[in-house]
Amino acid sequence: MIKIWAIALNTFREAVRDKILYSLLFFALLMIGSSVLIAELIIGEYGKIIRDIGLAAISIFGLLIAVFVGIGLIYKEIERKTIYTIASKPVPRWQFLVGKYFGLLGTLATEVAIMAVAYVLVLNGIGAGTTSAMLPAIWLTFMELAVVTAIAILFGSFTSPVLSALFTVGLTLIGKMSEELVLLGQRSESGAVRFLMDTVYKVLPDLSRFDLRTQASYGLEVEWEYVAYATGYGAAYAAALLVLASIIFRFRDFK
Amino acid sequence: MSETAIRTEGLRKVYRTGFLRRAFVGLHGLDLEIPRGEVFGLIGPNGAGKTTTLKLLMGLNSPTSGTAQILGEPIGSMRAMARVGFLPERPYFYDYLTATEFLHFYGQLHGMPRARRIDMIDRLLPLVHMERARDTQLRKFSKGMLQRVGIAQALMNDPELVVLDEPSSGLDPMGRLLIRDIVRDLKTKGTTVLFCSHVLSDVEEVSDRVGILIAGKLQDVGTVDELVGKRETTVEVTLHGLTDDLVAELPLQPHRVSSRGHHIFEAADHSAARALVAAAVERGGELFGYVARRESLEQHFMDEATSVERQDREAGVR
Repeated sequence: MIKIWAIALNTFREAVRDKILYSLLFFALLMIGSSVLIAELIIGEYGKIIRDIGLAAISIFGLLIAVFVGIGLIYKEIERKTIYTIASKPVPRWQFLVGKYFGLLGTLATEVAIMAVAYVLVLNGIGAGTTSAMLPAIWLTFMELAVVTAIAILFGSFTSPVLSALFTVGLTLIGKMSEELVLLGQRSESGAVRFLMDTVYKVLPDLSRFDLRTQASYGLEVEWEYVAYATGYGAAYAAALLVLASIIFRFRDFK
Repeated sequence: MSETAIRTEGLRKVYRTGFLRRAFVGLHGLDLEIPRGEVFGLIGPNGAGKTTTLKLLMGLNSPTSGTAQILGEPIGSMRAMARVGFLPERPYFYDYLTATEFLHFYGQLHGMPRARRIDMIDRLLPLVHMERARDTQLRKFSKGMLQRVGIAQALMNDPELVVLDEPSSGLDPMGRLLIRDIVRDLKTKGTTVLFCSHVLSDVEEVSDRVGILIAGKLQDVGTVDELVGKRETTVEVTLHGLTDDLVAELPLQPHRVSSRGHHIFEAADHSAARALVAAAVERGGELFGYVARRESLEQHFMDEATSVERQDREAGVR
């Protein structure tokens, strides 16, 4: 555990010193802050719009960090040859990957926490108020980031950053539309299409399970069983991706 | 306990490059045995397969075929890596860490408890003359300073085998001297050292044995004496007090004339040198210097490299 912890802490330190991260955080906070102005311009329920924009900002900027820091996480180690001194130590390669993963996850947790605090401050500042579903919504946004980070690590373990970014963004977008895939399959008269859509849905991550924005914005109740189920699903999916990444990474040559 | 630090049998690496996955042989069936406690220098031109060899031994690349063992354990195994220290060529490290944090990190990767890490750091930073920079971030380090802390990280686990890829790279003469001293100290402790270097004089000075790797093949292995002793020595004779006319009468012509007017000759052997000196003294000249020269490792290496290049050209191989 000491080795995974050392790599995770090192990754966290590296990430928090990355200027891109601060730029993204700055824009996220700006967006949360400006949601007040945006809400003024849109006809509708003032508080609901602000709650929705704030949660969207946390999700979008979290995803940007997960994808763009995540894809470079392994590649940079290989490109800068820092991996040489780590892989030549008694550290199994899976421990290296898991350490890198938890390091970035720690960074994301910090980022999400900062954005969440800013979000709640804005809501309370303008008297829009918080809802009971907000905490589960933010938590599941973090779980979504945990899955996307694992996707980025998987592709980053064997492809270039450009391909990694394409695959990760692609898979994330499909994952967000997975409910539509099921609907598409159900509406089709072809058995093959139904089977294909059903298989795609089962294999690819269903990121829509982590989306509680509507419930949080409208102040609807969320069952804790659902949150626990979605958390379990995210953790299991991320773990499966990391196992796959570890198998691929184990046989990789470092040129 | 195995008496052999490194043993390779038919170790071969084929790289696949480009879209068509063309094969490039980085290492042709390397057979090598390095006993414990030996300092072994691996030399060769760029692209000869030195770094490939080290990467295979360090488990960074997998061999295409062949086997290798480190300290009696298969390469890449955790048990082997726990007893090895490695400094890669032109190392890059996490530059936001201080020297102390950096060494703690590598100590943690070895699973060392904190007290032992602190003890090792207190010993290693003075050893590489970096105790003053212990709380400085690595991004503020010069290339030579990075190389020094790189060596310190390779020694954190008090390894039985130290593998150094171009350890003198980027170092000034003082730094190079420091590396030679560290290698000698390691040898005194009984640590095996395998290192690659382009600085052949360093290799010649500290290595028990040297391997010459050219075009992925081990061309020659032996002690420096064995390698260069295969060639005849030359003798440099310096004569004084001879006019150009008298010099023209000598059995050999000078190699060059020094700024002080001394004529410097290079005789093929001692008998030729003696005949030259006798002829010069007969003509009123004085013997100013007589130095028997042994072929340097560098000359031997250059001859080997040229020979392999010629053979490859004749065989139609690039």
